[in-house]
Order: sequence, then C-alpha cells, then structure tokens
Amino acid sequence: MTARNAFDAELDALNLELVKMGGMIEEAIENSVAAFKNQDNALAQLVADGDAKVDDMEKRIETRCLSLIIRQQPVAKDLRLISAALKVITDMERIGDNAEDIARLSMAITGEHIFDVVKHIPQMSECALKMVHDAVTAFVNHDLTLAKTIIDTDDVVDNLFCDVKAEISEVLKRGMDIHNNTVDFLMIAKYLERIADHAVNICEWAEFSQTGKHKDKQIL
Amino acid sequence: MTKIVTENLHLHYGENHALRGINLNILTNKITALIGPSGCGKSTYLKTLNRMNDNVPNVKISGQVLLDSEDIYGGTVDVTKLRKKVGMVFQSPNPFPMSIYDNAAYGLRIHGVKKRLLIDEIVERSLRGAAIWDEVKDRLKTPALALSGGQQQRLCIARTLAVSPEVILMDEPTSALDPISTMKIEELMSELTKQYTVVIVTHNMQQAARISDYTAFFLLGEMIEYDETNRIFAAPKNPRTENYITGRFG
Ligand SMILES: Nc1ncnc2c1ncn2[C@@H]1O[C@H](COP(=O)(O)OP(=O)(O)OP(=O)(O)O)[C@@H](O)[C@H]1O
Ligand SMILES: [Mg+2]
Repeated sequence: MTARNAFDAELDALNLELVKMGGMIEEAIENSVAAFKNQDNALAQLVADGDAKVDDMEKRIETRCLSLIIRQQPVAKDLRLISAALKVITDMERIGDNAEDIARLSMAITGEHIFDVVKHIPQMSECALKMVHDAVTAFVNHDLTLAKTIIDTDDVVDNLFCDVKAEISEVLKRGMDIHNNTVDFLMIAKYLERIADHAVNICEWAEFSQTGKHKDKQIL
Repeated sequence: MTKIVTENLHLHYGENHALRGINLNILTNKITALIGPSGCGKSTYLKTLNRMNDNVPNVKISGQVLLDSEDIYGGTVDVTKLRKKVGMVFQSPNPFPMSIYDNAAYGLRIHGVKKRLLIDEIVERSLRGAAIWDEVKDRLKTPALALSGGQQQRLCIARTLAVSPEVILMDEPTSALDPISTMKIEELMSELTKQYTVVIVTHNMQQAARISDYTAFFLLGEMIEYDETNRIFAAPKNPRTENYITGRFG
C-alpha cells in the first residue's frame, strides 16, 4: 500500500467527526426523553438550545466532505464513503431536530397522571436510542452485520408505537384528557418512531458505502 | 455490437511474457479506456490490435484478435489495409517534417489517392473533424512542426481520420499537453464515437472517468477487470482494481 496516508488520515478524521455528531444527537435524545419523563423544563430548554450545535456540526462535516471531493477526487470506496457520509449527516441532523421537537413538546405538557396509562414511551425511546448509537457505530466501523440487525429492530419500534397508540386511545376513551395534551404524547411517540427510521437510513447508507447498493438496488 | 474480440491473447518479448491470456471485447462506437500501472502491457495490447508489434525482434504472439469477426493475424490479412482500418495516435505528437496540408494528406497519398480536389476535400474534413481547421486554414502550407504541441496532436488525429479508419487507437494522447489542449482532444473524442470505435490508454484516472464508456484494468500482463466506466470508478469488483484507482497500490 502506498501514498495516500494523508488522505486516509482525513478519512479517519471524518469518521471521528461522525462519531462526535452521533454522540451529540444521542445525548439530545436521552435528555429530551428525560425532560419529558421528569417534566424537567430546564433540561428540555437545554436540548432545544443545543440543536444549533448539531446543525453547525452538520455544516462542518458537509464542508469537510465537499473539500475532500474537490482535493482528492475520490473514486470507488472513497467516493462511496464520502457521499454516504453526506447523506448520513442529514439523517443525524433530522434526529437532532426530532429530539428538539420532543423537548419543546415536553415543556408544554402538564398531564402527569396519564404517564400511568401511556407506559410504552420509555421503552420506545430506549430502543430508538440504541438504534441510533448502533447505526452510527455500524457506519463508521463498516459493520454490515450490525447494520442489518438494526434494520430488523425497526419493527420492534413500530410495534411499540402501535402499543402507545392503543394506550392513548384508552386515555381518550376514558375521558382522562383533562389537560388537552394526550395528542402531544402521541406526537412524542411519533418523533421517536421517526428517529428509529433515520437510524435505519443510516444503516442503509452504511451498506451503500461498502457495496454501492442502497436498499438492495445497485445505485453506483 | 462488438468491433474487436480478443481471445486468450498471449505475447512474449523474448523471455518477457508481456500479455498473459487477454480476453477483452471492444464495443463498436464506444470509447474503451485501458488503465493500469506502468509496464502492465497496455501499449503492448493496443499495438496488437493493428499488428504494430509484428516487427519487434523475438516477439511471439498467440491467441486471437478478431476485427469484425476476421482474425487479423490470419494468413491472408493485408497489414497495410488493416492499419488503414485501425489507426493509431501516439503519446507524443509526431507530425512529419512537412506542411500541415501534406501531413493531413499523407495517408491518402500512401493509399493511392491522386485527385487533387478529392484530397483537398478530405484534408479539410479531417482537419475539421480533429477540431483544428479554424486554427490552421490560413496556413496550410506552413510547416507542421511550427504548431504548438496540442495543435500537433490534433493534426496527428486529423492525419489518422483522413484515411477513414473504423477504429482509432490512442496511446496516452494528451499526456504531453496542457489542460486546454487536453480538453479540446477530450471533447473531440466523444464526437469521434459517432463514427469510430476508440481505444485509449491513459494514466489519468479522471480522464478515463470523464471520456470513456468502458474501462479495462490491466496488471502485470493480465486484464483484471472490465466493466462500464461508471461501475469501475464507483464499485469495482476486484480489490486490486479498487486499490489501483483509489491510489493505494504498491
Ligand atoms: N519493444 C519491446 N521489446 C521488448 N520488451 C518490450 C517492448 N515493449 C514493451 N516491452 C515490455 O513489455 C512490458 C509491457 O510494456 P508496455 O509498454 O506494454 O507497458 P505499458 O502498460 O504501456 O506501460 P506505460 O504505462 O509505462 O506506457 C514491459 O515489461 C516492457 O518492458
Ligand atoms: Mg505504454
């Protein structure tokens, strides 16, 4: 092997930034769900304020990728990796937005008593959080087995979402929605479900970066 | 459609086994790029396509090269006619020490064309085809060697076009040229495929990616991988191709 040590070092640095951005959005999800569970508005505000940092990180990685394309004119696996990274950061940024959405909603919620009935949100959030963590790991480690496992886990989150929906119907049926924010619970569950979908997208880009195939279709 | 079929082609220069069982099809009206490290046999392969290796001492060739299904190493083949059909453009521009006009007309005269008007017409058409007409039309009688390198190379392409070849072989045709001349020749090449089949050797990966439809990767006398150019530069199948084109070859 020769000659492209500098380029390889830049690709390593890119990976490191992706891991960092992954850490930022994991923290945002964790905090937004904790803020929601504990009705902690200060924590929710922290998540909402932190989203700008995630956006900055996205832009920074984007610039890094574009400059690698200009200067290194990557082809084959290098090109796939860098172009996949450009897609992955969009999904990560969206995950950050969803965490912010959860945080903002949680600030408005006052109906503590329905936590007893709408029980599956914490489990859903744990599952989505793990998916995000593993998806970023699969991407940076080129681990397609892990990626596949995460794609399959998506059904678990979808099923949990159905459970939450059923629980919310129950609240509405029983006339327990005295604070008028049951629908916010549903939205939060929906955001968690979206987060899991973005994690799946990241895994699909992990596959693309290694094979040129995206969702079983050869796109390069 | 396939213009040239190469089957199990071996070539020895004395003890040096320079081509080791090449199987490769060259498609009609397409640009095929040959890439690979120095000494891997690209030029040697290119030269077997119009028998330019024939006169190398101690050369031994086996296998088949079929041009329009006809074996070009078959006993009855007229090599001069073959080279009219399969023209060659070299790395460094090699105009003859004569006028621009005479350079362009050279092949025609060799092939016995005598009518002045016809030669005039073909010279103009070829110079236009090689995208150099506007630059030389007012000085056709001046020496070709006074042209710039990029102009000389386009003149050499015109000289090749003048005899109406079917296949044009180009061995690193732009490696000695500046970016503007290179761009002119690259633009010209995509024009050429409307009528001709082009095989080009290049060390410039970006050039191969820009201009060719198909790419073949050679290594140590073997053809390692052949595919659509997009495919080779996006997701090559062979790790040796991947290492070479991503510059991690050693
Ligand atoms: N006329 C010749 N006589 C003897 N050996 C030759 C001759 N031409 C080429 N060779 C040998 O054949 C092998 C292939 O050479 P060739 O010129 O085809 O390589 P190439 O891929 O075109 O390299 P480059 O990119 O440097 O032009 C080399 O080992 C070279 O030394
Ligand atoms: Mg050569």
